[in-house]
Amino acid sequence: MSRLRTIAPAAGLILILSGCSPQASPSPSAEAAASGEPTSAPPAESAAPATAGPQGDKFKGINVNILTFNGPQVAEPLQRRAPDWEQLTGGHVNVVAVGFQTIYDKALLDASTGTNAFDAYVFDPQWLGDFTGPGYLLDITDRVKSDAQLEWDDIGPFFRDFNATYNGKVYTIPLDGDFHMVYYRSDLLDKDGVAPPKTWDDYVAVAQKYHGQDLNGDGEPDYGSCIAKKKGAQSYWWIISVAAGLIQGKGTNDGAFFDTSNMNPLFGPNDAMTKALQMYKKTTEFGPPDELNMDVGGTRGLFTTGRCALTMDWGDIGTLTPGTYAQDKTGATITPGWTEVLDRSTGKLVACDATTCPDAVDGVNYAPFASFGGWSGAINAAAPKEQQDAVYDFLSYMSSPAISGLDVTLGKTGYNPYRTSHFSNLQPWIDAGLSEAAATNYLGAIQASLQNKNMVLDMRIPQTKRYQQDVLDTALAQYLAGELDEAGAEQAIAAGWNQVTDEVGRDQQLAAYVASLGVQR
Amino acid sequence: MAAVGAWRSEGAARWLFIWPTVLFVLFLSLFPLIASVVISFSRLSFHQGGVDLVFVGFNNYEQELFGLERSHFLGVLNPPGPIGWLVLGLTIALTAIAWTRAVRRGRVGAFGLALRLIGGILLIAWVWILVQALTSEGGRPGALIVTFIFVFVGIALQYTLGLGLALLASQRVPGRRFFRVTFLIPLTITPVGVGYMFLMLTDTSKGPLEPIWVALGLRDFTWVTDPWLARAAVIIGDTWAWTPFVFIVLLAAIEGLDHEIHEAALTDGASHWQSFRHIIFPAILPVSTTIVLIRLIEGFKIVDMPNILLGGGPGTATQSLTLQAWIDWNTLNLGRSAAVAYLLLILVTVVATVYISFVRRRATEYA
Repeated sequence: MSRLRTIAPAAGLILILSGCSPQASPSPSAEAAASGEPTSAPPAESAAPATAGPQGDKFKGINVNILTFNGPQVAEPLQRRAPDWEQLTGGHVNVVAVGFQTIYDKALLDASTGTNAFDAYVFDPQWLGDFTGPGYLLDITDRVKSDAQLEWDDIGPFFRDFNATYNGKVYTIPLDGDFHMVYYRSDLLDKDGVAPPKTWDDYVAVAQKYHGQDLNGDGEPDYGSCIAKKKGAQSYWWIISVAAGLIQGKGTNDGAFFDTSNMNPLFGPNDAMTKALQMYKKTTEFGPPDELNMDVGGTRGLFTTGRCALTMDWGDIGTLTPGTYAQDKTGATITPGWTEVLDRSTGKLVACDATTCPDAVDGVNYAPFASFGGWSGAINAAAPKEQQDAVYDFLSYMSSPAISGLDVTLGKTGYNPYRTSHFSNLQPWIDAGLSEAAATNYLGAIQASLQNKNMVLDMRIPQTKRYQQDVLDTALAQYLAGELDEAGAEQAIAAGWNQVTDEVGRDQQLAAYVASLGVQR
Repeated sequence: MAAVGAWRSEGAARWLFIWPTVLFVLFLSLFPLIASVVISFSRLSFHQGGVDLVFVGFNNYEQELFGLERSHFLGVLNPPGPIGWLVLGLTIALTAIAWTRAVRRGRVGAFGLALRLIGGILLIAWVWILVQALTSEGGRPGALIVTFIFVFVGIALQYTLGLGLALLASQRVPGRRFFRVTFLIPLTITPVGVGYMFLMLTDTSKGPLEPIWVALGLRDFTWVTDPWLARAAVIIGDTWAWTPFVFIVLLAAIEGLDHEIHEAALTDGASHWQSFRHIIFPAILPVSTTIVLIRLIEGFKIVDMPNILLGGGPGTATQSLTLQAWIDWNTLNLGRSAAVAYLLLILVTVVATVYISFVRRRATEYA
């Protein structure tokens, strides 16, 4: 008995600690900080379409397997909605959720080795280049255009024509829309008469003004800017946003990553990259001390608890604020721009004018970055026909206006707006806890980015993951940590990107890159 | 009946039970080994309906040792500083003395001397890399050296703490059973869980220890953005996770000793230190060397803690060899990933062989 008394507490402790499940891997646009989650279930969730009634038999007895991200966002709406769809059709959905870092290799190896354990993949549309070339994905061009449930034309043109389409064929059904934006504490800026940042110099000035002040009334000094700069997480995406306005000035088709004539990296030795790197590093001075080891889970937690004056994020912050300190204290604005732009022939910066930055606003060249693009569902071309039909129907159901219109308003889904109806109907946003002013401001910032003619498209060529998540991420982390200076980082990025390009084939990559920019909007 | 007797013989049993098992195990271990060698000389290429392995010769190895990845694998190597030259000179001198002694004593054959000569040259080359990375202006250790630091510093700490705890837990103190179980808790948590726990603990802006940091006046200080402090964080986490393993094995070894000898020594006037130094430690030395060997092999594969805690950062400060291979794997650069894995295999084999040949054998003889 005495032994039992001794062991019991320790065993209990072991069970508790062993049962502590770790959070998911860092992820784009989907990872919410635990502290940033809404404190109560938003009312919109309960307003989901009713599914009561007799079970349908359209896909009776058909099981489909879907591979996706274990967020828990992204997988959450798929898992939550699956029983409703099963009730409607008689089919069964099995959602297999894995860490963000492993979706790419798991999906590509599944398709390329003929394993075909998955009927569909809900993944990053940036990877289409690796999947469509070898024919691993089903062409759904005709299906989407004749699908009444999906209402294809309601999906924003950018998401239809860029995210979902590759070389003129539709391969994915969008479930999410992603853009980088800057979020600010509207209560503070309004009180002090400070305008939201228009340029990156403004951004630093605002960050500097508020850094070290108590921003949430807890008596402790807070931070001017919070940006997730952890290696192996989202850091490399933000530098693209900072550099974009310095590199791309003549519209989307100009491209921001490579010279469209020879595939030479623009993220290489030039004055634009030097300035962007310096600015990115400068923001660290006004951030939390461990910002270099912080992913978006950390920065979202800090912003929604009122500890940051500024942050940079996808659309997720907007839907995470209800129920937190930052509710109705948050403003969103298009990613800041620059008053200079790169002259690609000389590698020097030149002032923005009607020739160099034709779409500049008040002399500021904005280049909002459609980072990541948004989680999208693609169907395995080698899956049996019955499974293809069933999984297509499920993805179409998930993206349908009635379902997605609610899911994009919930922070826990990790999904952001991408349909025209998502922007035109404010009621679901208000039901989710945003004030009308906050919803209008939030959706307005996304629309301003979407409508910008100089929007930067994310890279979407074969081996994109190596270009960005290996070469760029590593060189950037080394620069931020002081292992490399600006010149060293630029050289490392250019050399690494050139190596990948040459391995795959320069002509092939150039053709893929140019094709990826040829979207008509 | 004769036929039944033949089936019952040892020979039949060998063919029926042992060989299939051996072949099965060999297949399971040899096939991946051979396949990964092939992959390390290849580059993956996807096409309609399958995957091709394009033969690239030693290109993947060349990239790691001499190409673009050299600074990540070996580090940035610059001419060493004065301390570096001193260390190198001492290493050369000691190696030369040891080899000359071996020649003079004449106990070792020509083959053994040649092996020692090669070993000495490898040691000098290794020290040359170390001093260039660690003592030079602008030098920086790569994944190879960082892994060594994690392994050797970590094992030293784990062994020291594990031995200390084992000695304490073997005493007749109140509540020792409770402490024994408590000390084992870290062993029951998955490495990923430990990583996330230390991620929270090292978060100085919103982690559970934030109030302590603030109270100590360290509000704006973080230890995970400095290369050496970040490495220290990884080592602390790894030590917390693995010390219980060392503890439980050493505790069993200590409790298995004949305590009458120990008590007799104390009765005869030996101090506790003398008793430990001359009785307990020699007795547990064979077990100790085995534990160190196991931890040595296991430690070289460290990946969870640096990955979850720091993503290999800041920069590449905590990027271990396995983490580097994993990053390559994630981008389906399987050839380079396999090359790193094979370089790690060679390293572990050399270190383990040297350890077994020299340290463990001598320690066992001493015991």
